[in-house]
Amino acid sequence: MPILDWAVNATFVILSLALVIIFIRLIKGPSLPDRVVALELIASLTVGFIATHAVATGMANFLDVAVVLALTAFLAAVGFARYLEKGGYRSDD
Amino acid sequence: MIEWITALLLLLGSLLMLLAALGALRMPDLLTRMHATTKAGALGGGTMVVAVAVFFDDGAVTARALAIVAFIILTAPVAAHLIGRAGYFVGIPLWEGTLKDELKGRYDPETHTLASEEAKRPTPTEERKHDRD
Repeated sequence: MPILDWAVNATFVILSLALVIIFIRLIKGPSLPDRVVALELIASLTVGFIATHAVATGMANFLDVAVVLALTAFLAAVGFARYLEKGGYRSDD
Repeated sequence: MIEWITALLLLLGSLLMLLAALGALRMPDLLTRMHATTKAGALGGGTMVVAVAVFFDDGAVTARALAIVAFIILTAPVAAHLIGRAGYFVGIPLWEGTLKDELKGRYDPETHTLASEEAKRPTPTEERKHDRD
């Protein structure tokens, strides 16, 4: 199935490009909430990478990793939001 | 046939992810950036997981994939709301073209209270006076 091989490779390339772009935002900031948003998108990009890899290798077990990653990404976002709102130490402003 | 649908869904999902990343890079302030990443990112991730479900064509895999999609749809708005709220309270600058900011002037960042809340509740000084009595 050449079409699927081609699509999987193209998907990996597009996702890598998106990862590079969001990494620029992660470095540039300018504030901590911006970086949290960038980290959250990196987590969902990783879920996409795992899904693509599951199709590429034909192993469905990788989906379990995606479940756990989606869960921890949400918890990390909640934790960051709580930290920001309760006024933790910030060095970005 | 299944290969074609899988390929289409994978490419569509990854392009949506690319769109989300571009939006996060190009948008002018935190709230518009979140608008790009939350919606396009959640839809892109969901589409790619559905591609996996279509590819394997197996009940257990489909159940797990649907669980991930449901989870993404449930948590993305909650996380976006929390980060947007925290960002506003921290005092991020809004884009200069922002038309409506209903909390402006009605929220005290020092005491972390709303104006409507303050009218109802006794102020801290009054409370202390009451304790002394």
